[in-house]
Amino acid sequence: MPDGTRALSRVVLETRDVGKQYKLDGVEVNALRGVSIAIRAGEMVTIMGPSGSGKSTLMHIVGLLDQPTTGEVILEGDDVSGLSPNQLSELRNKHIGFVFQSFNLLARTTAQVNVELPLVYAGISGSERSRRAKEALERVALGDRLSHFSSQLSGGQQQRVAIARALVNNPSIVLADEPTGNLDSRSGIEVMAILQELNDQGITVILVTHDDRVARHAQRIIHVFDGHVQSEEIVLNRILAGTALATLPAEEVAG
Amino acid sequence: MNFTESFRIAFRALAANKARSILTMLGVVIGVAAVILLVGIGTGVQDEITGQVEGLGSNLLFVVPGQYGGGMGGDQAPPSRRFTLEDSDLLARRVPGLDAVVPVIQASTTVKRGNQTVRAVVAAANEGGSEVFSGTLAGGRGYRRSEVQAASRVVAIGSTVRDTLFPGQDPVGKTVTLEGQRFTVVGHYESLGGGLAGDQDSQVYIPVTTAQRVFNLNYINTIVIKATDADRIEVVKADIRRVLTPRYGEEFTVFTQEQTLGLLSDLLGTLTYMLAGIAGISLLVGGIGIMNIMLVSVSERTREIGIRKAVGARTYDILSQFVIEAVGLSVLGGIIGITVGWGGAALMAKFTPVPTNVTPWAVATAFFFAAGVGVFFGVYPAWKASQLDPIVALRYE
Ligand SMILES: Nc1ncnc2c1ncn2[C@@H]1O[C@H](COP(=O)(O)OP(=O)(O)OP(=O)(O)O)[C@@H](O)[C@H]1O
Ligand SMILES: [Mg+2]
Repeated sequence: MPDGTRALSRVVLETRDVGKQYKLDGVEVNALRGVSIAIRAGEMVTIMGPSGSGKSTLMHIVGLLDQPTTGEVILEGDDVSGLSPNQLSELRNKHIGFVFQSFNLLARTTAQVNVELPLVYAGISGSERSRRAKEALERVALGDRLSHFSSQLSGGQQQRVAIARALVNNPSIVLADEPTGNLDSRSGIEVMAILQELNDQGITVILVTHDDRVARHAQRIIHVFDGHVQSEEIVLNRILAGTALATLPAEEVAG
Repeated sequence: MNFTESFRIAFRALAANKARSILTMLGVVIGVAAVILLVGIGTGVQDEITGQVEGLGSNLLFVVPGQYGGGMGGDQAPPSRRFTLEDSDLLARRVPGLDAVVPVIQASTTVKRGNQTVRAVVAAANEGGSEVFSGTLAGGRGYRRSEVQAASRVVAIGSTVRDTLFPGQDPVGKTVTLEGQRFTVVGHYESLGGGLAGDQDSQVYIPVTTAQRVFNLNYINTIVIKATDADRIEVVKADIRRVLTPRYGEEFTVFTQEQTLGLLSDLLGTLTYMLAGIAGISLLVGGIGIMNIMLVSVSERTREIGIRKAVGARTYDILSQFVIEAVGLSVLGGIIGITVGWGGAALMAKFTPVPTNVTPWAVATAFFFAAGVGVFFGVYPAWKASQLDPIVALRYE
């Protein structure tokens, strides 16, 4: 979306020369080497690259799940490098929602309770929590699956529960690492439609994928290769999942 | 996140793994039940024995040969010289303010009648014996002073001996054989119940002089003295020492009832602590069971911990969740264990001769010990869980 609004909006997340080294049996692996990216509020950005290029490592760092070896991560204008694990937990809880390839829902736990989880750690009271969890599940069209256990849901439904969990605490950023990787194409399109819808509502979405088709749901693509940013690309003919969904044969639209 | 929330999460996790939770709890249940039951037995036995000693009256003194210190150490030398009847006569003559001076011999024997035999404990004394032995005559009489002087072969028998040798009959006037000698039964006693403390129902009472003759002894075991006035017990004790010292030096000991009680409760207290210790070990084993299961649970739930951390759980949240799980298991196990132990103690008191007494103190101790076991053995696994790196935990399969 190469228009003026993006240029005007503030930078919500930024990495400055971020490097990440792993030591494996004395051998140093440079998963990231000098990555500088800036994500603006309300953007939908894809981080794309081949397997092993460092996408997940970068996502963990911008998601405050991990600390860079070198460089800085700036969230909402504050440098977060050097914060304690507990401080990072609080920031994640407040600002970031995660969607993982493998859903990562709690087993033997209902959709409702799964979605409430971030609110529990935000210290929000029971009734408020259940109201907001219901609301979030309704937003992903699962208002009728509140008390289903995660194991009783299809993959697509599980991923939508995960999205509801990611957005329930009104984060500024939703990070999605291969969110369609474990889904059939229809469920994948549904998930992408929801992510685009969230983005339309103002939430910053960072997508991580190796799949060009998935990548082009975003407005911008950051290509990473071998631990560094290779190029950036503005998506010219963005795929709109909502439109794609409408053209699919009318089927029981999962709900 | 507040405490109630940690509580809810922990109990949801325990409920999700019911079979495992119950098996883990079982270790604590058994441990706590064992503590309650064994300490209950210890306390009950202690109460009964001290009750019996107290029942003898606080004006009794026991004179035994040999030196006994305050403690229950095993370093006492065997008495070099025993008392004789002469000593008890001397005390009776020289110490004022006494109701009775009773020389006592105890021995075990078998009592026969026809082809029936029964094991019995001989308690031999003089005519003052009834003053110091508990027991109520069910029929007949005790032996008389004249029979003591004549060393007559007369016997008064306890209820077990009577019921074995004379089932449904009046034994008075019949004869029994004891150490190869024929004795005439002059009386018999009512059952005292209580199967501990040497089973008094299996005793037979004969004159001390007769006992010396049939067992071929020239000494007596103990001299039991009953003072007229319980308040003057220390004066009487001093008088006894004054009379016996010229004859025995330091080689004798006078116990008051209070001292006897002190010694007994020392001994029985030690016994109770030993029982508690044994039971405590099983509680410890239960605790190790909790730790084991918690460690398994933590590694099984690594991914869950990663998810929780990713969405905002802090170290403290994870720590408290797992500690509460462990403490929940042990406290619940503790409550069930107390119920089981208490019930077992009550049944035991009702259906066996073993007395039990479950004190609130024992219950409270067992409960807090169980909770403590939960905290102690739960903290390490919980700490391990709380330290997990969220990424490693999320990647874990
Ligand atoms: N914990 C770790 N220890 C050692 N090396 C690691 C670790 N995590 C990642 N790496 C290495 O860092 C590099 C980047 O890994 P990363 O998971 O970020 O790749 P990716 O782009 O997400 O790949 P994929 O598309 O397969 O998920 C790889 O070479 C990987 O082996
Ligand atoms: Mg990856």
